[in-house]
Amino acid sequence: MDRETLARLARLAQLELTPEEVGPALDDLSRIVALIDEMRAVDTRDATPLAHPLDADQPLRDDIATESVDRETYQDIAPATRQGLYLVPRVVE
Amino acid sequence: MNGDESIAALRRGLLDRRYSAVELTEHSLSRIAANETLNCFITIDPDGALAAAAAADSRIARGEAGPLTGIPLAHKDVFCTRGIRTTCASRMLANFIAPYDATVVSRLAQAGAVCLGKTNMDEFAMGSSNETSWFGPARNPWDSGRAPGGSSGGSAAAVSAGLVPCATGTDTGGSIRQPAAFCGVTGLKPTYGRVSRYGMVAFASSLDQGGAFARDAEDVAALLQVMEGHDPLDSTSTTAEPTAFDGSGSMTIGLPGEYWDDLDADMGAVLEAATRELEAAGHTLKTVSLPHTAAAVPAYYVIASAEASANLSRYDGVRFGYRAESPDNIDDLYRRSRAEGFGAEVKRRILTGTYALSIGYYDAYYLQAQRVRRLIRQDFLDTFDQVDVIAAPVTPGVAFPLGAVTEPVAMYRQDVFTIPASLAGLPAMSLPCGLLEGLPVGLQLIGPHFEEGRVLELGAHYQRRTDWHRQRPHIPLDTDGPREVSDAV
Repeated sequence: MDRETLARLARLAQLELTPEEVGPALDDLSRIVALIDEMRAVDTRDATPLAHPLDADQPLRDDIATESVDRETYQDIAPATRQGLYLVPRVVE
Repeated sequence: MNGDESIAALRRGLLDRRYSAVELTEHSLSRIAANETLNCFITIDPDGALAAAAAADSRIARGEAGPLTGIPLAHKDVFCTRGIRTTCASRMLANFIAPYDATVVSRLAQAGAVCLGKTNMDEFAMGSSNETSWFGPARNPWDSGRAPGGSSGGSAAAVSAGLVPCATGTDTGGSIRQPAAFCGVTGLKPTYGRVSRYGMVAFASSLDQGGAFARDAEDVAALLQVMEGHDPLDSTSTTAEPTAFDGSGSMTIGLPGEYWDDLDADMGAVLEAATRELEAAGHTLKTVSLPHTAAAVPAYYVIASAEASANLSRYDGVRFGYRAESPDNIDDLYRRSRAEGFGAEVKRRILTGTYALSIGYYDAYYLQAQRVRRLIRQDFLDTFDQVDVIAAPVTPGVAFPLGAVTEPVAMYRQDVFTIPASLAGLPAMSLPCGLLEGLPVGLQLIGPHFEEGRVLELGAHYQRRTDWHRQRPHIPLDTDGPREVSDAV
């Protein structure tokens, strides 16, 4: 784990790290990577990846609309809206 | 009433009209107020609780009481509650009011339970001490200088202190069992999918599971029967038959060497006394092996962090939650909202997950962790061919002092005994089995998938023969604290 990798991860995760946060984050992530590296030596040649703990498939329901989205209710909790739209800084000049 | 009664006892008291649901709720509210310094609650809802209690009294008067009518309860602040804020103990959601109830919340309300408020937790359920809460940690009622455990620490502490007879929690890698052990209460993480995750703020979707805390296994069983069952709103919720209690008699209990061999000597002595008690009760002990146990913590921190990094990408400062002031542009809005809204541990998990999922690392970390997960699950399946239930420690030691574990990896290793059952999706319970230096020790019982009934029955059998689950911490209202309401009841 180096500064460059950390900066790339922060960019991918849309997280801004302050200059004071970078040092401790490097230390912590280096230790975490050392921890997760402990499982790389396990022989898993005969094991297929397990995504669901019961090894179950996701059942599909019938494709029928069951509820409608009440826009006003959902936008009541938004930081900034106007006329049913979410407000963000200008993206296209 | 003294705050020590079981749900069953309170239900009898309500139906016999020895007290009303309103009086019971006032009693709980007064105990919460007298123990504010424990910081068990993020939000208390006296008005909503008293209104629900009055409705419960009407139902009782009409002879229409449900299984939990009038029973006070607290929800971990990870469950969405319509009209009451749901913070997940994060600045990100400090003012978030969900427009709907979680299925767990609506089912318990339907059964008549009275919700007193929302309990403290580690931020987004990421932590083992409650110290990552934006609202400051809940404190352990046995020693307020110690951690109540996490992430569901507020719920465990509230039940332990007798503020409420029961509470909900969630467990991703031990977040019900570890705080139950630290606070000396009974806590169950059901089989993955047993309880609906609808309205439960997502951390790691292939691991998260709702469950409950109460005084004893019988109360936990009563709560599970209300909470469990298929929910069309959660496609991962099971369609399996409800939990069955078939009065199973003598069981074979597996003791995995990987959990017991290197245990601290004092912890080992307390826990071995508990297994000897089970043996004396007519059960058979058998040494077993779960050979991939050591790989569980590393695999968990890959899978849980990867899923967390995906789940928490929804917090963007646009649709709900915290938004940074005066953003320069859209990226600045995202990055600063997330940087200011999330705490340090949440950021570590997101960065770890992003690393494990990034190009060049995906196979070595994420796929390898999923393969290890299959091996861990297979270890358990093989062992359950030989035994009915597995008994294990919950934690390596008793509740540690707040501030004592500062290094993230040292904190992660606290969950060494709870994570394997989480990866395998198994039901697992923590029940009080002794005291060490005046602090509770928990015994973990792990069952095969959907055999919650077996685990709860074995726990209830143990609790009929012991009184560790009745031991209570000394806290205000048990001695000379204010008694305004409880005197009247």
